[in-house]
Amino acid sequence: MTTTKPEGHTSRVVIRFAGDSGDGMQLVGDRFSAQSAAFGNDLATLPNFPAEIRAPQGTVPGVSSFQIHFADYDILTPGDRPDVLVAMNPAALMANLGDVEKGSTIVANSDEFTTRNLAKVGYDDNPLTDGSLESYVVHSVAMTTITRAALADTGLSKKDADRCRNLFALGLLSWMYSRPIESTEKFLRSKFASKPDIADANVLALHTGWNYGETTESIAAELAVGPATLPTGQYRQVNGNAALAYGLATAGYLSQRSVVLGAYPITPASDILHNLSLLKDLGVVTLQVEDEIAGVCTALGASYGGALGVTATSGPGMALKAEAIGLGVMTELPLVVVDVQRGGPSTGLPTKTEQADLLMAIHGRNGESPVPVLAPSSPADCFDIAIEAATIALRYRTPVIILSDGAVANGSEPWRVPSVADLPSIEVNLAAAPNALDGSGKHWPYVRDPETLARDWAIPGTAGLEHRIGGLEKSADTGEISYDPTNHDTMVRLRQAKVDGVLVPDLEVDDPSGQAEILILGWGSTFGPIGAGVRRARTQGVQVARAHLRHLNPLPRNLDAIVGAYSHVVVAEMNLGQLAKILRARTLSSIETLSKVTGQPFLAEEIEKYIIEFSASQEQA
Amino acid sequence: MTAYDLGIPTVSGLDGVPTTDQPSTPADFKSDQEVRWCPGCGDYVVLNTMQSFLPTLGLRRENIVFVSGIGCSSRFPYYMDTYGFHSIHGRATAIATGLAVERPDLSVWVITGDGDSLSIGGNHLIHLLRRNVNVKVLLFNNRIYGLTKGQYSPTSEVGKRTKSSPAGSVDHPFNPLALALGADATFVGRALDSDKAGLTEVLSAAARHRGSAFVEIYQNCPIFNDGAFDALKDKHASAGRLLRLGAGQPMTFGADERKYAVVGDGPGGLTIADASNVAPDDVVVHQPDHERAGYSYALARLDETFPEVTPVGIFRDVVRPTYDDEVRAQISGQAMSSERLQDVLLGKDSWLVG
Ligand code: SF4
Repeated sequence: MTTTKPEGHTSRVVIRFAGDSGDGMQLVGDRFSAQSAAFGNDLATLPNFPAEIRAPQGTVPGVSSFQIHFADYDILTPGDRPDVLVAMNPAALMANLGDVEKGSTIVANSDEFTTRNLAKVGYDDNPLTDGSLESYVVHSVAMTTITRAALADTGLSKKDADRCRNLFALGLLSWMYSRPIESTEKFLRSKFASKPDIADANVLALHTGWNYGETTESIAAELAVGPATLPTGQYRQVNGNAALAYGLATAGYLSQRSVVLGAYPITPASDILHNLSLLKDLGVVTLQVEDEIAGVCTALGASYGGALGVTATSGPGMALKAEAIGLGVMTELPLVVVDVQRGGPSTGLPTKTEQADLLMAIHGRNGESPVPVLAPSSPADCFDIAIEAATIALRYRTPVIILSDGAVANGSEPWRVPSVADLPSIEVNLAAAPNALDGSGKHWPYVRDPETLARDWAIPGTAGLEHRIGGLEKSADTGEISYDPTNHDTMVRLRQAKVDGVLVPDLEVDDPSGQAEILILGWGSTFGPIGAGVRRARTQGVQVARAHLRHLNPLPRNLDAIVGAYSHVVVAEMNLGQLAKILRARTLSSIETLSKVTGQPFLAEEIEKYIIEFSASQEQA
Repeated sequence: MTAYDLGIPTVSGLDGVPTTDQPSTPADFKSDQEVRWCPGCGDYVVLNTMQSFLPTLGLRRENIVFVSGIGCSSRFPYYMDTYGFHSIHGRATAIATGLAVERPDLSVWVITGDGDSLSIGGNHLIHLLRRNVNVKVLLFNNRIYGLTKGQYSPTSEVGKRTKSSPAGSVDHPFNPLALALGADATFVGRALDSDKAGLTEVLSAAARHRGSAFVEIYQNCPIFNDGAFDALKDKHASAGRLLRLGAGQPMTFGADERKYAVVGDGPGGLTIADASNVAPDDVVVHQPDHERAGYSYALARLDETFPEVTPVGIFRDVVRPTYDDEVRAQISGQAMSSERLQDVLLGKDSWLVG
């Protein structure tokens, strides 16, 4: 038996596993990612699943998919279009075929293409045999039959055997791309440690898939994708929600504050609650409370007691938390609020991504209620953003909002794990002695640090500093309730000045030639697609600059100069132009919007196309 | 090893709160703020009682915190020279939950009203009670919205005419104690604003109860609902109404000419009977620690059979593990070490590049 693996090399591949939501596609995608990461590839992933836990079986709404992009260089996105589509049933094919370029490969489980299943999604004929897929490389594999046969001796029921089909598909794809499967074997053995027969069956199915590729001459092994040259260090695979949880826990360590999360389950933010709940031995407290309002209020109550209070939610929850965030603004207490954005308004698209909560985050509270707002640009960046948000919250005594989104939260990538010992500590500087400016020996809670404008924060239990705070307006000096008109004017401006004065790094522009006329600006999860789109346009000789905002409030101080330096500034964002609106108001420049609100991230090719068309129109003009 | 490591509640709600040998006086608990309730408001007497009572606990002043929501009574924290947090409408219970979890060294009190805790904050109240967070909730019940100038509240009686119910309110009112017991509260009591001794007794037991203590205080609002509780304050009129609860005491009340007794009434039920027709052994002896919550509930619902009666005192006082103790027991208690944190960050599947 000869191995048909060709000698050769390709630089990047995008694979999409698609099947019914009960087919285990997320697990297979995760494992393929882990195998590729361990192999040394750079990669990015995009899970996509239905909002319903049990959408009708075999239907298009019930399709769940997981896309992985892996390469031998640093990649920026989960990839636009799959080079290989694995379709476990007709619905998966129908739902995903539109994204597959002609000439690409389709691996289908032919057993599921029965008359009944075809009819369910409206196929009159079987696309695997009627010639309609002529322009693709189609591999029809009887995955169900082969898996059942392989597992016949295990004593597993047909139903249980069929549950292993996904591992067959993983084995086959692993063979096609030379991914070592040992780590998955280990994973299965530990996942099913209490059910060794199930573990055996899954491992067997995995090997059967691999061997199927090895022994069947019908499928050619694809070119190998070599390891990427990443900066040296210890790496792991991480998704955005996990990285955010790790960042928050680390911020607790660096500031010597306990981390207290108050949260209510909500898609796609619940994994932050789950991840932090696993860190109890690091002293992290998680409170799953009765509603979104209690989530933010318990966090704020803990902050009042000296903790780093955190609440994590998505858009509908943000709407409910607004009043309590305002209380945090008024009482000037540290608080980190995470909004993992999803499609809105209302319940909207719980499992799809969007960036339409920006204006709500910046402005969505009663009164002049400024808060710093940050947005992570990739899954691994969530770690850094969490630490930065906590640092600002503690240093300036203010709520800080992190705007993550579904793409960043569920997407994963290799993360170079920092050495904890190298991270700078976060100074909190609690008030310890009376500070009254009149020498009365009292504590005036609103006396400020002249540099940061942060107030003197004394926590309960500090003797001699007993004081009262609350949501009513405070006198700028004593901190007592004040309805004085001039005082209110002073306090509104002070709170604004404090947030405006938060130190954020200057914005860096990527403009290699220095000749570009167009600047593409992005924020949050659009980092990857914009970077990849720009890179593609540049390989075609087009000069284009790009810059990416991680700080949305306050904006970097050099932003105006940057915007002023380009004749065309375009903001690509997954909303109808919210950042563009803010930037127009600030810079008085004409700023264009490239918007996408399909619930899906931008594709690199969409950004590329925009740039190419712009450049063509410039040449004509 | 502390008791909560074993999942057994400690004896006192004040365990872990630092005490002082320095005696304090009511004046030590008075802040420099001018008290701004309307003249004659029941809140004044409650404030005075609290300021006289706190020195008896012997706690360090800086370890006492009053958290409030919105409403007349929620101004209370400003007048106490302790730590205080005047928060937003209905949310004091949730804020206090976070604070109590974070700080076992604090005695945390929530000051709330009938609108604040039973309307806008109803959800947080019942969840605080079912979790048994070590927080003392004092509900000032004046059966009206005072701060917003006189609308009917969730404890106003049906038919109440106010600015927002000119034809009479059609809302069925809450019985706050029955609600609290329905939420599995482990300590439930009631007192009158003007009854310093009775209020002090309930507050004192509440402070020492480990877990949530829910205390309803009948509070007169002379501006918008004057005299709502007059019948309970007048010596004569109250005789046939006020049932003072004492642990281990037979429950009887009334004046010489007419005495009443609490007797059993069907499975788990209680009712009122003419004492002269009841054998002494048939008078129910009050047990705040009765194993059945239904007993305390029946007591809170005595007015169903005898509308005039108002029991005051401690209805229920039972032991159940507290939420904050249990949450803390789940975290290891050791300070976070950089080694363990590094292990978590690296996870199980890391690899070396370069
Ligand atoms: S309105 Fe009523 S409850 Fe409010 S302060 Fe005045 S008297 Fe007291």
